[in-house]
Amino acid sequence: MAAVEPIGGAPVTPSRRRRGRRAPVRSWRPRDQAIFVLSWIAGTGLCLCAAALVIFFIVQGAHYLRPALLVTRPSPAVNQALSGGILDPIEGTLLLGVIGLLIAAPLGVITAIWVVEYGRPRWLSRIVESAVEVIAGTPDIVLAIFGLALFELGVFAPFSFAEPGGAFGRSFLNAGIIVSAVAIPSIYTATRNGLLATPRQLREASYALGKTRVATIRRVVMPAVRRDVATGATLGLGRIYGDTAIVVLLLGATLRNQPENNVPLIGLLRGTGSTLTSFIYDSSPAGDGNAPNKAYAAAAVLLLMVLLLNWGVGRIGRIGGPPIHEERRLGA
Amino acid sequence: MLDRLRQPWSDNRAELVLGAVACLLALAIMAMIVFVARGAWPTFEHDGLSWLGSGGNPDSQIGAMQNTSTNPPASAFLVHAWPLIYGTVLSAGLALILGLAVSLATAIFIVDFAPPIVRRTMTPVIRLLAAVPSVLYGLVGILVLVPFTAQHLVSSSQKRSVEYVIQLSNGGLGVAVVLLTLMIAPIMTALITDALESVPRPWREGAIALGLNPLRATLAVSIRAIRPAIVAAAGLAAARAIGEAIVISMVSGGVSFSPNPADGQIFWFEPFESLASTIVRDAESINAPALHSTLYAFAALLLFSSFVLSLASYLIRLPMRRYQVSS
Repeated sequence: MAAVEPIGGAPVTPSRRRRGRRAPVRSWRPRDQAIFVLSWIAGTGLCLCAAALVIFFIVQGAHYLRPALLVTRPSPAVNQALSGGILDPIEGTLLLGVIGLLIAAPLGVITAIWVVEYGRPRWLSRIVESAVEVIAGTPDIVLAIFGLALFELGVFAPFSFAEPGGAFGRSFLNAGIIVSAVAIPSIYTATRNGLLATPRQLREASYALGKTRVATIRRVVMPAVRRDVATGATLGLGRIYGDTAIVVLLLGATLRNQPENNVPLIGLLRGTGSTLTSFIYDSSPAGDGNAPNKAYAAAAVLLLMVLLLNWGVGRIGRIGGPPIHEERRLGA
Repeated sequence: MLDRLRQPWSDNRAELVLGAVACLLALAIMAMIVFVARGAWPTFEHDGLSWLGSGGNPDSQIGAMQNTSTNPPASAFLVHAWPLIYGTVLSAGLALILGLAVSLATAIFIVDFAPPIVRRTMTPVIRLLAAVPSVLYGLVGILVLVPFTAQHLVSSSQKRSVEYVIQLSNGGLGVAVVLLTLMIAPIMTALITDALESVPRPWREGAIALGLNPLRATLAVSIRAIRPAIVAAAGLAAARAIGEAIVISMVSGGVSFSPNPADGQIFWFEPFESLASTIVRDAESINAPALHSTLYAFAALLLFSSFVLSLASYLIRLPMRRYQVSS
């Protein structure tokens, strides 16, 4: 029953002994064997699903994605040959990622530093910690509808444009602010784990040299967790790129990026537009466009961006030699 | 002025500034609760809590709201959202049960049974699956899985048997549950794998030395040790599944029907609608006052349930830190 060789059995050759040390599944009870087989099926099944998904979108992308699509602006047309490309959604995705990350990265990093390095009073840091947990658990559709209520206040008219009784509430700036909430938890968690794993001696050495606490954080601790911050930011960027509900509700989901006025950057920020996710949603049969070919093309581009980011996360972990602390976690 | 800023900060000032920024997050959460509750208030004012109950068809009730004027009468707020709540709980619950089984099995596989090569490929694969945007799952669902089920899995006699009530060919519960499971299983797998790997090795080795086989040792010792982490992962996944709007609105069939397990095989093909997907679907006409407050009431309910879920998961995880089995 157990993994023990019978005493006085056949002479044990080295190779056989090695096999004997691994799980002799055949000797297990049938129920255990069934669980063992199920775990293999689940593991390989998930791998197969991932492979199927990637291959499916690459094949569809190769079918429908033409270089011309990437540089043409979309235009409203029933005929899929005339409805243009996906230039604006790509620009929108990149722009939204920049805005979201510019807001989320400082917020997440500063919060993590305060919670780990200061964290006084204790109850306040508990509240902040659980606030991040709540943000992580809040559905993006609730965040989106909160943003709609917030930015329709007249005070926020500069973020989009004024309307009778308030503001329009839908623009790149508004969507970027709300979508940053999607990235904050991963940036916060990665930074916090890095800070917690940084050896105390590092800080104490700095204190011994007469550095103040804040100087230690800036000059010693931050460089040590730079890699964690980068990992968290990349994960967060992936979450921003992949978000749909906030974009559909808060970006206006116009086919083209429509600047609000002619001021170069500010007009664009105040204007409406689309991202790859909202473009896919609108082009699928669920949306108004019903242009599956364009949806597949955009999906291939989006998946490629996500794959790139994912690859980046793995790369960041290996930049510049072994890390000061060992970080081998799968969950973000 | 600028010179003062450029000088090195004193510890006190740094602590205050950093603390203030951190508290911004907590304030933002409170603002969110206030704004959503304020938007939802008219529905609670006119309907009390009866809008959570059943009665009538939410589709037509919400449809009637789209034409209300700026000052709608109290009757315009009438909605009975039970089919939507039922659809949300049913799809998320089924996906959670399936996902929990899949992710537990996968985590045990990765940590205990997978050959090193397989283990090394599994890690990025799980990461990738967790990072795939939900709209891509929705796209696969609406363009591949829904047509497939409509053509091959549902017989035409089954379609005809219910054609006066619902359409079985526009997607339904089964496809939604499969996609939701695919979305939440990687998240749970990642968290459970982390927890399993942080169980001290001697604990499990001791069990094996006592004569348990490796699987039994994992089930009896490791899984038992990380139970709180499993609950926390399930809480996070449940919040994700309840709040998923895009995928559901793409593959649910778009009718607020209540799938009935007593219908047998058809159950899996019956359409439904969830709270989140209703918000996405009707967000275009949100300027109608009655609809506005109804959608905010749905959001408030979602917020409340995700709040409860993440609070529970946080509380469960607190005692874990003492034993350092998981973070």
